[in-house]
Amino acid sequence: MTRRGYEGVAVAVPVTVPYVRYSTRGAHWFIGQALKRLLDASGLAKEQIDGLTISCFSLAPDTAVGVTQHLGLSPRWLDHIPNGGASGVMALRRAARAVQAGDADVVACIAADTNHVDSFRLMLGGFSDFSRDATYPYGSGGPNALFAFITAAYMARSGATRADFGRVCVDQRANALAAGSRVFSKPLTLDEYLAARPIAEPIHLFDCVMPCAGAEAFLVMSEQRARDLGLPFAALRASIERHNAFSSDPMMVRGGWHVDRDDLYAMAGCGPADIGFVQTYDDYPVIVLMQFEGLGFCRADEAPAFVRGRSTAWNGDFPHNTSGGQLSAGQAGCAGGFLGLTEALRQITGAAGERTVKNPRLGLVSGYGMVTYDRCLCTGAVILGEPA
Amino acid sequence: MTMPLMRPKRKNPVQRTRQMNVPPWARGRVALSLTAAAAEGRFELQLCRDCGRVQYPPREACGHCTSPRLQWRAQSGAGELLALTTLHHSNDLFFRERLPWRLGLVQLDAGPTVVTHLHGDVTAAPARVSVGARLDRAGRAVLIAFPPEETPHMADDPMLREMSCDPRMRKLLVTDGMTAVGQAAVRALVKAGADLVWVGHAEPWKRHGSGLDDIASLPQVTLVPLDLSNERSVTELAGEIGGKVDIVINNAEVHRGFGIGARRGTDAARAEMEINYFGALRLAQAFGPALKGRAADGVLNATAWVNVLSIYALANFPPHGTFSASKAAAHSLAQCLRAEMQPAGIRVVNVFPGPIDDDWNQNLPPPKLAPEALAKAIVQALRDGVEDVYPGDVAQEWLERWRDDPRVLQRELAAGG
Repeated sequence: MTRRGYEGVAVAVPVTVPYVRYSTRGAHWFIGQALKRLLDASGLAKEQIDGLTISCFSLAPDTAVGVTQHLGLSPRWLDHIPNGGASGVMALRRAARAVQAGDADVVACIAADTNHVDSFRLMLGGFSDFSRDATYPYGSGGPNALFAFITAAYMARSGATRADFGRVCVDQRANALAAGSRVFSKPLTLDEYLAARPIAEPIHLFDCVMPCAGAEAFLVMSEQRARDLGLPFAALRASIERHNAFSSDPMMVRGGWHVDRDDLYAMAGCGPADIGFVQTYDDYPVIVLMQFEGLGFCRADEAPAFVRGRSTAWNGDFPHNTSGGQLSAGQAGCAGGFLGLTEALRQITGAAGERTVKNPRLGLVSGYGMVTYDRCLCTGAVILGEPA
Repeated sequence: MTMPLMRPKRKNPVQRTRQMNVPPWARGRVALSLTAAAAEGRFELQLCRDCGRVQYPPREACGHCTSPRLQWRAQSGAGELLALTTLHHSNDLFFRERLPWRLGLVQLDAGPTVVTHLHGDVTAAPARVSVGARLDRAGRAVLIAFPPEETPHMADDPMLREMSCDPRMRKLLVTDGMTAVGQAAVRALVKAGADLVWVGHAEPWKRHGSGLDDIASLPQVTLVPLDLSNERSVTELAGEIGGKVDIVINNAEVHRGFGIGARRGTDAARAEMEINYFGALRLAQAFGPALKGRAADGVLNATAWVNVLSIYALANFPPHGTFSASKAAAHSLAQCLRAEMQPAGIRVVNVFPGPIDDDWNQNLPPPKLAPEALAKAIVQALRDGVEDVYPGDVAQEWLERWRDDPRVLQRELAAGG
């Protein structure tokens, strides 16, 4: 069955609550500040927000409904989507359908997390049933060891070298500096990348994201509403989502994008070559390369050659993670899953300033989240474009 | 290749003794069955009774056909190492203090992919490996990928030594050297490479040709006065050697025949309780704290506590009724001791022998457990790091009947066995 399109849906008002390494504030503070920024930037009153999605790991014991009382909201449509790196794509898809169906007029999609000293360690210990029983007791300190396995196997299979991953990291640092990162202030050279201390071989320091606190958010509404409010917006051209794909693969060698990507491009009426910029979920660089393959920018195991032949900086020939990605902007928990979306909206709506890419008219954002045991379960992607 | 364990230099007594931080202990209820099997030295995973698929991580429903009929079944552990990594960083204190630490990702021939600790003799992926379940220092099961064949000094792998309680080079206390079991245990421990064995004897003024003289002549053995019925005796010995003992083996027991009706008064039952229960309690109070404090004290850290109980602790054997009751009390106390020792990283090993081939079981028909076989089982349990040991055919048979239905076993025993 062909998928129904997202005609008439507008995605607008990307906001960021600046990241800090550690915060004494609770998650509700970051969610509140994100909502405030959404209201300030859109000119909407709080009462006009009638749909809400919350993506957050550090909200316990609350869920999204607790946030409504905390912030004095009364939405008629609510969703709680704490799915890490897939949160943004998942929230956008759900909000878009709610708006199309008339279940909500304006949906605020908010992702936020706080980061106290030691809260990252505590979160890892209780992340999932399977991780508590079968990975956390092995001392890997979160997904580092799992991605070390995945990276080592990928390197053996594809011939990727550390320098191939390093190129992506170095370009992303340049992007972060152009975007005014608050977490990193110095450029990264390939030599520095290669000389970094090992964390879980073959993963080294600059292959890892820095956990921090912050928030990202955007609004979803009808195109008509966005025009009435005078808000610049992007159109949602296509989206896909897939969970627990290829579960019979003994270890993760590909993500779920392979299953649905033909639908994605068919729905958007374009191919990979038409995409002007790409925002991937980059918790480790090996996953970036797997996304390039999974989303059809190159064939399986050919991403190393692909990145060797291109610049992935914002002003390069394959603009990628143009705000620095999590590797150079930091990972504010679930907000990391929104980072690519808010940046794509800025690129498309002309809010990216000096780091605007050559072709900002059509961008792809992919999501990837939730290592509950030995692999990442959630994959998704959206194509956003200038309104017709 | 594993480097053989070298005797460490004598410790500087003014340096701080490293404290124990146990690895993550939290597990779900279902996953604790993996630990329960590993505690007896078995590697078991859930098998779906409907579609036959092996499951991991442990779960509530089959990941393939959603059937809830999952049964724990022994696994061969054969598999293929897909990838390995060396951790140079960990957020967890136990691992942080022991870096670098190696992990593997293994696809078992039975199907599932498992994350494992990695033995040092597995050096590259892909490779054939043999996965086993062991208890870690938190007393919880973890999986370990071993080389498929035995390698030299395999047991000396630093990761594996964290999981085991090998008596080699360690200092041990055996609480009663007067019995055949005590003497066999001392000989087995010396043979296993123990550095020093303190051997208790309650009545040091007597020697009466009990075989104590023979073991006392071993260069590793030092006789010490120890009467578990006397609090002062236990406390004094703990004050003298408590800070040096790495493994306590409590084999002291009083064993008298008969149940309730064959004897007047409570003297015999009281004597059994005095040693088998209160003696164990005195010993644990005196030696437990020092043992806990040295759980991370170098490569020859304090590591284990062994209780020689009895299979009669599970169900009362009326011909030895009061003895059974005292061992049931000791078993219950041992569970408490395990709960208190586990957070400190000290393993409590409970040994449940069937009738031992000694004077007190004279009237029981064979098979009876030779003291040497019990001693061997104790050493093996320490090497493998297991917690629950049922040595001998009688113990195994009782265990099977007890597991099948303890109420039926009770009625069988009341009818004479």
